[in-house]
Amino acid sequence: MKKLFGILLLMVMALVIAACSSDSSSDGGEDADASDGGDSGESAESGGGGEGTVEIFSWWTGAGEEDGLLALIDLFEQEHPDITVDNAAVAGGAGTNAKAVLATRMQGDDPPSTFQVHGGAELNEGWVAADKMEPLNDFYEEQGWMDKFPQDLIDMVSKDGNIYSVPVNIHRGNVVFYNKQVFEDNGLEVPTSYDEFIEVADQLQDAGVTPLALGDKEAWTATQIFENILLGELGPDDYKSLWAGDIPFDDDRVVAAAEKFKTILGYVNEDHASRNWQDAAQLVGDGEAAMINMGDWAKGYFSNDLDLETNKDFGYFAFPETDGDFMVITDTFGLPKGVENPDEVKEFLSVLGSKEGQDAFNPLKGSIPARVDADESKYDEYGKDAMADFNESNLTPSLAHGSAAAEGFVTKANQAVNIFVTQLDVDNLINTLKNAASEL
Amino acid sequence: MAEQAVDRQEQEYPESRPQQPAAQKEKKPKKKISGDQWVAVGFLAPSFILVLIFVYGFIGWTGWVSVSNWNTLVPDFSFAGLKNYIYLFNDYRFQADLRNTVFFTILFIGLVIVMGLGLSILIDQKLRGESLFRNIFLFPMALSFVVTGVVWQWLLNPSTGYNQFLALFGIQPKWYTDTNILAGFEWGSIEFGLPVAIIAVVIAAVWQMTGFSLAMYLAGLRGIPDELREAARMDGASEFQIYKKVILPMLMPITVSVIIIMAHISLKIFDLIYAMTGSGANFVTDVPGVYMFETTFRGNYYANGAAIAIIMLLLVAVFIVPYLLANRRSDG
Repeated sequence: MKKLFGILLLMVMALVIAACSSDSSSDGGEDADASDGGDSGESAESGGGGEGTVEIFSWWTGAGEEDGLLALIDLFEQEHPDITVDNAAVAGGAGTNAKAVLATRMQGDDPPSTFQVHGGAELNEGWVAADKMEPLNDFYEEQGWMDKFPQDLIDMVSKDGNIYSVPVNIHRGNVVFYNKQVFEDNGLEVPTSYDEFIEVADQLQDAGVTPLALGDKEAWTATQIFENILLGELGPDDYKSLWAGDIPFDDDRVVAAAEKFKTILGYVNEDHASRNWQDAAQLVGDGEAAMINMGDWAKGYFSNDLDLETNKDFGYFAFPETDGDFMVITDTFGLPKGVENPDEVKEFLSVLGSKEGQDAFNPLKGSIPARVDADESKYDEYGKDAMADFNESNLTPSLAHGSAAAEGFVTKANQAVNIFVTQLDVDNLINTLKNAASEL
Repeated sequence: MAEQAVDRQEQEYPESRPQQPAAQKEKKPKKKISGDQWVAVGFLAPSFILVLIFVYGFIGWTGWVSVSNWNTLVPDFSFAGLKNYIYLFNDYRFQADLRNTVFFTILFIGLVIVMGLGLSILIDQKLRGESLFRNIFLFPMALSFVVTGVVWQWLLNPSTGYNQFLALFGIQPKWYTDTNILAGFEWGSIEFGLPVAIIAVVIAAVWQMTGFSLAMYLAGLRGIPDELREAARMDGASEFQIYKKVILPMLMPITVSVIIIMAHISLKIFDLIYAMTGSGANFVTDVPGVYMFETTFRGNYYANGAAIAIIMLLLVAVFIVPYLLANRRSDG
């Protein structure tokens, strides 16, 4: 018996020692590991300098977006056969899971080589403020990009004069998609002002059609409507000042926007709380509802998933009173601090920001390129329209998608909107936003 | 072996057993720990150490984060006192969460017990095809809450499925999209009362977990010897009286176990709600688990999220700790 015990004790000790030693070795090797993103470290370490791995972290796992990412990776590997690409995409709606994983890795000093982040506050107030990003000014100069991206867009990925990431695509948030058949049947014209919008909505309601489809199972879809009304009410410059904290939330125009939001919410489908945006868009596709405000990724949903034809089955127009504005949602990639092979990551970023790279990625993803000089012929009807608008419009950051304000504020705003959709209490909404404003 | 186990317990908690004679305590140092016991210790040590670090260590860590200022992406471990807790208890959403948890827990546990008991008594009537029924009722337990959530999301969606059939008769329940609060009154910043929407979630949860309480009760019923029923019958008790006076009291330990197990499920519930309804309009179906996830991983309010986790732990502890204490007493 004693012998057996002795053996056991030995085994336990061995286990503990093994655990400790593997711990310490990984501690020692962390710096080397971190550079290429841990798991696939061996090739990079043995290769020594010349070749390595670039780990691309994103939440692009859906149908079109994954195709786009793979096309981009293909292009990169053709140009740089010596660099391995590690596609570290994390599935999950709107990047919720990916952002949690990213936060864990960044805080553990194990950053991916480069990662997807929305331009604007999500980047600037998040990772840049946390001092986790390298500035890319010299890189932009080197690539000659300063005039290849719109200035408004460069401002969105800059903080205190330093540029921190490379935008790859653009989506527009202030679009209303509508069912052409329903509009035709009721003899309606596309509304351009808020009053016209209400008029159209009234007529639709009288005809027994839900005027506006909403799926706010996740609150950001409602927040998106509110931000578009705010943009219409304040105009692009004051809209930006609002997020900069220069205009208070109890400003008369903000209150007026909340009142309009309340009115518009009177025209949505009754079961909005049980639907996500796709379910809501389906109502428009089926003709049960006439319109939906959604970012233009909905275009891909209409044409690919619902098999509807652009400008025949469904049409689109800018959210009322925001015609000359472009609510920008842009995915960007930057260079985190602590990456061991920054030169190779920059090689990837240069492909990502190149004309070829953007034209390979965006037609598949269903977005438009962030560059002003992309090849228009590669894009569909909607894409061409959006590109034209993008070049002419005022670019404004989206709150619902984390560009206008830090994530903390966005979360609180979404909560306030969720309560507002039910209670329709304007004072309460304004107060909550005002209290949360300290986090801007 | 059993005796030794008791002794060990006494060593660990001498003060909890003042009634033990002191003489027995003095005997202890003489006792040698046998080889068998060392083997047992050897086997237990690794998992004990791992649990100590990865369960209790991290609970402690969460507790520490919950009183820190870490509410951005940048970790900040400066001491914040109870700031985060005060914020939460003043927060509209968290108050709504607590209200929802209370009503969800009461309805869920009550229905699971009543239905599980009722079904198990029916199945216990020596009916034909018993195992078929037992399997049918047990089957939902094999599903994950996420699957249940998705299924019931569509079953109870006001605009689809059999709700369209009900609409023919003029009945149009809004299920989980209903924002009404029954018997509501102002309490803090929320309206306290039964949120109608939570009933839909309760239905789904009960559908899934009734099989479990049914199995427990069925085992309990099988454990009651027929002689007892016979004896009661001989004494002239009606069937109803037999159940009321004999069977149900004997099932009491089962009921306690079911309550404990269901309570810890319902207080920590996340997956069912997340898949089925999300937070709901006006947070009528929100629960602390969902709030914790969203505030931590979307809003980067790490300290607030940790505080919610600690509050949930305490809520569960309210149920579990008395149970564990009672168990220890009866084991001893």
